[in-house]
Amino acid sequence: MIAEIGHFALILALVFACSGVIVSHLGAMANNEAIMQRTVGFSFAQFIMALASFAALMYSYIISDFSVLNVAANSHSLKPLLYKISGTWGNHEGSMLFWVLILTLFGAAVAFGKSLPLRFKARVLGVQSLLILGFLLFILLTSNPFERLLPAALEGNGLNPLLQDPGLAFHPPMLYMGYVGLSVAFSFSIAALIEGEITPMWARWVRPWTLVAWTFLTGGIALGSWWAYYELGWGGWWFWDPAENASFMPWLAATALLHSAIVVEKRDALKSWTILLAIVAFSLSLLGTFLIRSGVMTSVHAFAVDPERGIFILGFLAFVIGGAFSLYAWRAPKLAPSGLFGLVSRESALILNNILLSTFTAVVLIGTLYPLFYEASTGSQISVGPPFFEFGTRLLMTPLIVALGMAPILAWKRGRLSKAFQITIPAAIVALAVFVLTIWSDINGLIMTGLGLGLASWLVVAIFLDLAQKTQLFKTPSRAFKRLWNLPRATFGMHFAHFGLAIILFGITISEAWTSEKLAFMAPGQSEQVGPFTYQFDSVMPFAGPNYTGIRAQFTVIKDGVTIATLLPEDRVYTDPVTNTTEAGIYPLPSGDLYAVIGESGSGGRWSVRLYFKPFISGLWLGAGLMMIGGILSLSDRRLRLGAPAGKKQSAPKIQKPAKAEV
Amino acid sequence: MQRFFPLLIVIFLVILFAYMLRDGRNPSEIKNVHVGEAIPQFSLTDISNTGEISDQSIRNEKTPILVNFFASWCVPCRAEHDNLMALANTHNVRILGIAYKDQPEDSRAFLEELGNPFYKYGGDIDGSVGFEWGVTGVPETFLIDSNGRVRYHHYGPIVGDALHTKILPQLEDLSQ
Repeated sequence: MIAEIGHFALILALVFACSGVIVSHLGAMANNEAIMQRTVGFSFAQFIMALASFAALMYSYIISDFSVLNVAANSHSLKPLLYKISGTWGNHEGSMLFWVLILTLFGAAVAFGKSLPLRFKARVLGVQSLLILGFLLFILLTSNPFERLLPAALEGNGLNPLLQDPGLAFHPPMLYMGYVGLSVAFSFSIAALIEGEITPMWARWVRPWTLVAWTFLTGGIALGSWWAYYELGWGGWWFWDPAENASFMPWLAATALLHSAIVVEKRDALKSWTILLAIVAFSLSLLGTFLIRSGVMTSVHAFAVDPERGIFILGFLAFVIGGAFSLYAWRAPKLAPSGLFGLVSRESALILNNILLSTFTAVVLIGTLYPLFYEASTGSQISVGPPFFEFGTRLLMTPLIVALGMAPILAWKRGRLSKAFQITIPAAIVALAVFVLTIWSDINGLIMTGLGLGLASWLVVAIFLDLAQKTQLFKTPSRAFKRLWNLPRATFGMHFAHFGLAIILFGITISEAWTSEKLAFMAPGQSEQVGPFTYQFDSVMPFAGPNYTGIRAQFTVIKDGVTIATLLPEDRVYTDPVTNTTEAGIYPLPSGDLYAVIGESGSGGRWSVRLYFKPFISGLWLGAGLMMIGGILSLSDRRLRLGAPAGKKQSAPKIQKPAKAEV
Repeated sequence: MQRFFPLLIVIFLVILFAYMLRDGRNPSEIKNVHVGEAIPQFSLTDISNTGEISDQSIRNEKTPILVNFFASWCVPCRAEHDNLMALANTHNVRILGIAYKDQPEDSRAFLEELGNPFYKYGGDIDGSVGFEWGVTGVPETFLIDSNGRVRYHHYGPIVGDALHTKILPQLEDLSQ
C-alpha cells in the first residue's frame, strides 16, 4: 500500500511538472501575473509529491518490505538501520528518486525566494520543471523503484558491502546536492537566454545557488576520496577513475563559474561566457550520470547496467544539453558586454582563472572520454592513466596558484601590477626559499616536491599579506584587529577557500614525497620498519560483525621504544551478497597517518600486508573542509546584504577592498 | 561561428555515446590481444644459465606449458608461490618463469628462498617482454598449447580456489 502511494505521488509529481512547464512559459508569453504566480504553487507541489514518494520508499526500506522488488534486490533484514536508510539511495532507482527530490527541493527554494522578478522566476521554474519532468519520465518508464515482487521474497539480497560504510552513506547525498544544485544555475541561464537579457542582477541571483552547489560538491568529492583512502586499502585517495572525473569536472566548471559571475556582477562583462559556463557545469553533471549509469564505461561505481536506460538518458542528455547550446548559439550575439576594464585588473585575473580552470576541465574531459573515442575508432582498448592527468594538473595549476596569490591584491577595473608585485615580494621570497631548501635537503631531490611546497607556501604567505594590507597591519597594528573584524564575510570566504587549496597542496605534496611504504609477507610476532616507525604484527583473529565475518589483525606501532598506536586492519567477508572488503587500520598523528592493510594469507602462517606512514595526508580533507567553510562564509555574507539598500554600488562589495571606494 | 562550437561538440559526443551503447559490448572486459593467437616474439635475458628462452624455444617444447610473470618485489607472487610449486611438483606442469622488471640477483634470491617451480626462467629487466605480452601487472599467468598459442590468461595471483577451478580444468581441456 505504501509503495503504491509512493508510485502515485510520483505520477502526481509528473503531472505538476508538466503543468509547471506549460503554465510558466504561457504566463510569461502572455505576461499575465496571475498565471505566472501559479508556477510557484506547482513547484511546491512537485516538491511535496517527490518528498512523499521518497518517504514511501525509505519506509519500505526501514520495514524491509521485500514485496518491493527494489528493496528485495538491495536490502537485507539483518542490515544495521543506518544502512537500511542509506540503502534507499544506494541503488540506481532510489538514487534517481533522490535526484528528483533534490531537483524539486531546489525548485521549491527558488519559488520561495522573494527577490526575483515574477516573470523571470516563472521562466526559471519552467526550465527547472522541464528537468524534473525529464527525470520523472526516466524513473517511471525505465527505473520504477516501486515495482512489486510477487510473491514477496523472504529475504533481501543485501546492499553492496562496499557501500556499508558511514563515509559512503553520506557521500551520495552530498554529491547529488552538488550535481543537482548546479541545475539552478542552468535554469537561470536558460531563463536569461529566453528572455534575451543578462544584467549584473542576474549574476547576483545565480551566484549563491552556485555557491551552495559548489560547497556540497566539494564535500561530496572529499568524502568519496576519504572513503577510497580507507576502504579500498590501496593507500591512494584519487585514481582519476571515470566516476571521480565525473564529479571533478562539474566542480572545476562550478569553480570557474563562481569566479566569472563576480565579473558579470561587478563589471557587466563576460556575460556570454558565464552563461556558457553555467550550462556546461550542469551538462557535466548530467554527463557524469550518463557515463556511470549507462554502462558505457567501467568504473569503481558499478550500477546495474541496462542499455535501455543508457539510451533514455542519452536522449534526454541530447535534448537538454543540445537544446541549451542551440538556444545559446541563437541568443549569444545579444549578450554584448557593456563594462570595460584594463588589462591589469582584478577582472583580468578572474579571466585568467577561468581560462586555466576551463582548460583543466577540458583536459579531464578529454582524458576521460579518449578511451571511448579510441575504442570506437580503432576497435582496440586503451586507458588514460594518472600521468596524463597529473601532467595536466601541474601544467595548469602552477600558473593558477601563482596568479591566485596576487589577484586579490589587484584593484578592480584598473590595477597596478607593480604594486601587487611589491606587496607579494615577501611571499615570493618565502616560496623561493622553501623551493631551494626542499631541493637542497631532500635526498629524493624531486623538483616537483619543491615546486608543490613552494607554491603552497607562496599562497599562504600571499593570503596573509593581502589580509595585512587590507587591515593595515603594518601601518596601524593597534586597529588591525578591528579592521579585520569589519572585513566583509565574502573576503574571509575567499581567503578560507584559497587557504584550503594551499593546505590541500601541502597535503598532496608532502604525502606523495615522504610516504614510507612497505609491502611485506610476515607472520604474527614479526615486525617491520616503516620510516621512523616499527610496525609489530601481534596477531590475527577471526571475528563476526552483524552481517559479516572476517579477520582482524593487530599491529602495534612503536617509535623510539614507545608504543604510540595500535592498528586494527580488517578483511571482511559479507554474507549477502558474498563480498570481500578491506578496512584499513588508520591512526592519524599530527605529523601523518599510520596505515596498515591486511591481505591474503600464504604459506607458513604468513600474511601479505601493506604498511604505510603517510605524512600530512589529512591536509587533503582539512583543506576541503576549509573550502567548504569558505563557501558557507561567503553565502552568509550575501544573506546579510539582502537587507541593504539595492543600489548597485553598495550592494556589490563582494571581494572589494573595504577601505577604498571603487574607482 | 564560435557560438556553434559547444553545440557541435555535443552532437559529436552524442553520436559517439550512441555508437558505444550498441548491443553486445561489455566495457568491463579486458581483452588480452593474445588469447587465441600465437605467442608474441620475444627473447629473455639469461639470468639462470638455463639457455636461451624465446618464442621459438617455447614452440619447440611441443607440450602445453604455463608462462608465469613474477617479481621478487611482488607480494601477491609470494602468496601464489605454493600453488606454483604444487603445479610443478604434484601436477607435473612445466612452468616458464619470466622475472618482470626485477634485478637478476633479486630474482635468484627469491627462488632460492621459496623454491623454484620453473623448469626455466629468464629476466625481463626493462619490462619490454611484459609489454609485448600485454601484462597489466604481476603476477599473471598464460597457458600455452603445444602449437605455441595462448589459450588462457590469468590475471593476478593463483590463490584460493583458482588453481582447482581455473588453471587445472584449462590444463585438462588441453591435454584431451
